[in-house]
Amino acid sequence: MSAAQATLNHTLPVDYLLHLADNALVLGQRNAEWSGHGPILEEDIALSNNSLDLVGQARLLYQEAAAQIGNGATEDTLAFFRDVPDFKNYTLLELPHHAPLAGTSASDRDFATTLVRNFLYSALMVLVWDKLQHASHEQLAAIAAKSLKEVRYHLRHSRDWLLRMGDGTAESHGRAQAAVNHLMPYTQEFWTRTEYESEASKATGLDIASLQNDWNQIVDQALLEATLKRPAAGGFVPTGKHSIHSEHLGFMLAEMQSLPRAHPNATW
Amino acid sequence: MSAEQTTPAKQAGAKNDVTSSASPAALKEWPLWEVFVRSKQGLEHKHCGSLHASDSQHALQMARDVYTRRQEGVSIWVVQSSSIAASEPNDKSEFFEPSSDKVYRHPTFYEIPSEVGHM
Repeated sequence: MSAAQATLNHTLPVDYLLHLADNALVLGQRNAEWSGHGPILEEDIALSNNSLDLVGQARLLYQEAAAQIGNGATEDTLAFFRDVPDFKNYTLLELPHHAPLAGTSASDRDFATTLVRNFLYSALMVLVWDKLQHASHEQLAAIAAKSLKEVRYHLRHSRDWLLRMGDGTAESHGRAQAAVNHLMPYTQEFWTRTEYESEASKATGLDIASLQNDWNQIVDQALLEATLKRPAAGGFVPTGKHSIHSEHLGFMLAEMQSLPRAHPNATW
Repeated sequence: MSAEQTTPAKQAGAKNDVTSSASPAALKEWPLWEVFVRSKQGLEHKHCGSLHASDSQHALQMARDVYTRRQEGVSIWVVQSSSIAASEPNDKSEFFEPSSDKVYRHPTFYEIPSEVGHM
């Protein structure tokens, strides 16, 4: 790597790479919870495919972050040996697969909640990766170009299910609407700014808040076709990307990280 | 399994249809689709399996997720199984056996010029 390139790459704050990576890893882990539990075989595989795409994106981003951090950091130390106050994912992505209830995250899995979340996040990431593939940071641009193809399919898959459930039976409509009502407020976090995003925008040219209109169009058009209503905006704005999370992330990380923490450096 | 979802296997007289007795209601309601995938090197679509889906687009997406996740294909066809007319095993003798002694139908009595390429 030339000195000029190295300088260029360091203009991207590592927290921004971790934010993108944590988003992908946390949602990838959540969707992996459907493995072996899908409503039908084909959807079980579809959600596992989605999960593997996201974990793959997370790996590339963690590798990039680890290269910047140095000091022995690897993709594995970043994924498995950081705790809740270090993660910078959107709160939306760490929520269990069900609406608020008294119980553990393993108590129930609601397919509508899973698919609505995938839809809301994919609709954002299609726009984000599309911008980032033109970033001046070479590696990030390459990761974005690869991820864009994957997330386009995630959007297609989740949007398709949103329409089928919304415009389906009374039961499926009710579940889809409940999931939209539950999850939509969490998307308000997308449009808030963090310092590392502002800093990153110098290298990426991306101001996340500028995507809001395009995202609204994708979401509103799909909700219209699905005969679903968008809940009124407002209320609490989550702070996951500021590393202040819901009560759910800790339990998720505990499960995800238990093996490497019990057996560090274990190999197959 | 309803009448319009009759599969080639059923037409062929399969008595023990496990899908109709053991699976949840959803599988009974979604028709069966046959999946054909064309590989990178392949010239034609080949049958690779079947799945239940609610319509053709749904079937295409499921086929993508189930049958092309190891880079098997560059193109997918799905056909509703009920649209396939299948020959009966009982017709085997009159359908296929008459050709068994017509060796002159095999193109082995002349050489194909190499310029012809794939036939």
